[in-house]
Amino acid sequence: MTRRDNILLNIDWFTVFLWVALVVFGWMNIYSANIMKGDGTVMDFSQRYGKQFIWLLVSIILILIIFLLDAKFFPFFAYLLYGITIVTLLAVLVFGKEINGAKSWFVIGGFQFQPSEFAKLFTALALARLLSSYGFVLKNFKSLVLAGSIILAPALLIMVQPDLGSMMVYFAFIFVLYREGFPQNLMVLGSILIILFVITLLVEKIYILPVIWIIALIVIKLFKVPLKSVLYIFAAGILPAGILVFFMQSGQQVMGYESVILISIAASLLFALIIAIRLRNNNLYKIIAGMVISILFVISVDYAINNTLKEHQKQRIYVTLGIEDDPQGVGYNVNQSKIAIGSGGFSGKGFLNGTQTKLQFVPEQSTDFIFCTVGEEWGFIGASAVVILFVLMIVRLVILSERQRSDFSRIYGYGFISVLIVHFTVNVGMTIGLFPVIGIPLPFFSYGGSSLLAFTLFLFIFLKLDSNRKELLR
Amino acid sequence: MKYFDNRKYVFIAIAIIIGLVFITKLFLLQVVERSYKVSAENNSQRHVVTYPSRGLIYDRNGELLVSNQAAYDVMVSPVNVSEFDTTEFCSLLGIGRDNFLERLNRAKNYSWRINSVFMKQVEFKIAAVLHEKMYKFPGFTLQSRPLRTYPRPIASHVLGYIGEVNEKNIQSDDYYSAGDYIGVIGIEKSYEEVLRGEKGLKVYLKDVHNRIIGPYEEGKYDMPVKVGRDIAISLDAEIQEYAETLMQPFIGSVVAIEPSSGEILTMVSAPTVNPNLLIGRNLGSTIKKLSADTLNPLFNRAVMAQYPPGSTFKTINALVGLQEGVITTETSYYCDYGFYYRGIHVGCHNHETPLDLIGGIQNSCNTYFCNVFRRIMENPGYENTEESFNHWRDHVTSFGFGEKLGLDFASELKGNIPTASYYDRYYSKGHWNFLTILSMAIGQGELLITPIQMANMTATIANRGYYITPHLIKKIDGQDHIDEEFVRRNFTTIDSSNFVPVVDGMDLAVNGGPGSTARIARIRDITVCGKTGTAENPHGEDHSIFIAFAPKDDPKIALAVYVENEGFGGTWAAPIASLVIEKYLTGEVKRTWLENYVRNGNTNDEETEE
Repeated sequence: MTRRDNILLNIDWFTVFLWVALVVFGWMNIYSANIMKGDGTVMDFSQRYGKQFIWLLVSIILILIIFLLDAKFFPFFAYLLYGITIVTLLAVLVFGKEINGAKSWFVIGGFQFQPSEFAKLFTALALARLLSSYGFVLKNFKSLVLAGSIILAPALLIMVQPDLGSMMVYFAFIFVLYREGFPQNLMVLGSILIILFVITLLVEKIYILPVIWIIALIVIKLFKVPLKSVLYIFAAGILPAGILVFFMQSGQQVMGYESVILISIAASLLFALIIAIRLRNNNLYKIIAGMVISILFVISVDYAINNTLKEHQKQRIYVTLGIEDDPQGVGYNVNQSKIAIGSGGFSGKGFLNGTQTKLQFVPEQSTDFIFCTVGEEWGFIGASAVVILFVLMIVRLVILSERQRSDFSRIYGYGFISVLIVHFTVNVGMTIGLFPVIGIPLPFFSYGGSSLLAFTLFLFIFLKLDSNRKELLR
Repeated sequence: MKYFDNRKYVFIAIAIIIGLVFITKLFLLQVVERSYKVSAENNSQRHVVTYPSRGLIYDRNGELLVSNQAAYDVMVSPVNVSEFDTTEFCSLLGIGRDNFLERLNRAKNYSWRINSVFMKQVEFKIAAVLHEKMYKFPGFTLQSRPLRTYPRPIASHVLGYIGEVNEKNIQSDDYYSAGDYIGVIGIEKSYEEVLRGEKGLKVYLKDVHNRIIGPYEEGKYDMPVKVGRDIAISLDAEIQEYAETLMQPFIGSVVAIEPSSGEILTMVSAPTVNPNLLIGRNLGSTIKKLSADTLNPLFNRAVMAQYPPGSTFKTINALVGLQEGVITTETSYYCDYGFYYRGIHVGCHNHETPLDLIGGIQNSCNTYFCNVFRRIMENPGYENTEESFNHWRDHVTSFGFGEKLGLDFASELKGNIPTASYYDRYYSKGHWNFLTILSMAIGQGELLITPIQMANMTATIANRGYYITPHLIKKIDGQDHIDEEFVRRNFTTIDSSNFVPVVDGMDLAVNGGPGSTARIARIRDITVCGKTGTAENPHGEDHSIFIAFAPKDDPKIALAVYVENEGFGGTWAAPIASLVIEKYLTGEVKRTWLENYVRNGNTNDEETEE
């Protein structure tokens, strides 16, 4: 069994190659985004490209350490590391430094350190440990709550900072749960809720609620409920609505239209419930439940949008959805970003020849908007290449995860895959105007030590587990 | 836990779908859509335009006619405007808050980014103060603009004026952008490209804060500013001014040409306009006011007014008759106060009779030229009147009539020499003869000729058979300007020898005994050759016309004078022409009595009428 002992042979060199490609290309673009023609040397450590180079070296040292550690170290210390993470996230709220309106940084001797970047990694470890523990079944309510808590605890702490972007990444772990047997129905519900979320932003809820009701009626009919019953449910909603509207027309301002709609739908639902009990129709229960959740969701999203989101966050969402067009205002970032990428053309302006990114038209051009530099200087070819590298990495990691004998390794692998998908999709999506501007970095690419180290650790811990897969029995 | 194995495909599918969506979007953004490239250039470059000073205009003797004065426009680029002390700004410019906001909004409506005019041509004193304080007013800049000034208030019709470019200018020539100035009319227009120079351009790289980082691509796209070139025109400022004063009481035109070169020495259209009125902020309203004037002072009569030539045209008919061989210098006709033929009667005045050709011109005998015209039109050498007419017409048009002469000057009109087909249409083919068109024998009827064409005809006679296309340009940038077009001799179809008796007749018309029609134009020691004319005017009093050149041998000046609604050519046009010739050839006018007579022209006239 020489293969088993030879770690070098068991490492997935293809993934390592992808990592090297992304990291090197990323560093080149950070260099280009920060250097002005004729000044500075490649190794100017006061500049971002110089600092990033140091972080690259640190990453390599960390990789070596990971491969020196025993693979059992990770599942064994998963909870402990997770605990430390939670404590750190609490600490940053107290001792952290506020940068850009979020208290998410430790500043130690000139170095800035962002614990939320590492929190994802340790959450993935803890989640893998939990889900792989003996006798753990996801369908069980208690286990769902446990899994949910592991995910939500850091997410909530990060939300308090507040760093909405990083917080949203934690929703990525739903994908992990999905892979591990999270019920399909809940995924469907989740998708419906996401769609409803967008619609709620676009349309007033007074129009959405009746539409939900009508769609529900159609779905009920599709699930082979007798037409007569469907008509009863329909009538149960229409009648009170009609009566109330009639009263209001005759001048008695009893209540608002919103209340009329809610009362009518409630009446209709009540009737549906009665029919469901009589018919003992399971699907009808589910539909009623789904509808209740949807309506509550719409109402709460509407409330949240109007009462909790910051003005600029609302604006960004609106601009992305095309509700508002304001190139000099909120849409400025996206517009400048699109201009930069668009101006690259098919083959780009060439390395170091970008004007848009270098002249600071694009905000955050070496962190969140690094993809602009790629688009401008390397054109469609370069930008597509980066997209392809990421897709290849995701697909490769899925294949690697599936070949794990240990559940822990597989679940951890999917944890990384999920986070990677979300970061990649949201980051590239926002620079080309497909997503709202949510400030999360492009893995391996964006400037920033915390991000680079966290993602590198995240990946190489998995590669370490993978290289060790043959030593583990199922 | 292999139950959910299939779900791995969902992950792979998601990754691939996202990848495809991104690549498609990138393709649209980077390869299909072009507008982002343009935006990128606008984004990162700042174009700083430097305006050249406009070329000066001198007269033939080097006297300055048009120069520049400094004027400044206050420009604004709304996107760069940030908070500042508006009170100070407004009080400097002398405007109120509402006015300020109105102007700013107008600029915003035009463009947020592009500079546009906030306030036009602020006074120099204000501009000087603003220059120092400009740093306090972010987004505002001062832009120097050419503003013309005219040391002598003369020749406005020739010089023309400059005004802001209109939408059409901008579209037809991408040199111009909004707020630029362009020659609207006159020399300013015809030599626009010489005078304007070339705008300079400096392209800078700027960053998002509009800070200039340095020259763009090491100044590869910079263009140096080229100042406008000075020109000298052929006008003689002294003569121009003198002629303008003489024309003061009248409506009409004086055009003088140097026959040997075709250079226009004087070009007056009365009433004149002080060119200093045609500058600055109020140009638009001034133009409006002048356009409404019933005397139409903006109408350049010298090149645009089309009158019948009257008796001056007898010279042409004499030349055609001689050339066609239908008459000789000895051909004589008896005149009994007019020409009678088949019930047609063309009246004539009292003079010696019978007269030969020279006498006919000297006395301007209508009968004589009706007979000449009959001979021309009934030429036995040709088949019919139409053929004769066409030969006549060819001779006439060889003098430059009926077509634009091709001056270096805009807005010239063609005049009219009717064609045979015109009469065919009117009377039907073969149903017209010399009698039908007899009025052209004495320069009336359908003939229409502009003063510049008339002056050119006079120059042609002075040259005994050719003309050089009249022009105004003399020098560009101090170099003699020799345009092929303005050197070539355009020979008429008339032999040089045939001009001799006509010139003699014109000599006698001025210097002959009693009966000579233009004795008032006589100048001691100078042989002036002239011919009077009276253009019938259906709208009112006849127009007074006089053409003349001098000296008879080696002519230095040929001119045509039109005075509207003042009757016989000898009354006003001849003395004016004579005075201009005297002034030009001798440098001074000794006949002050004649000068006074002309200067009080209209008033004398009115007094007698009363």
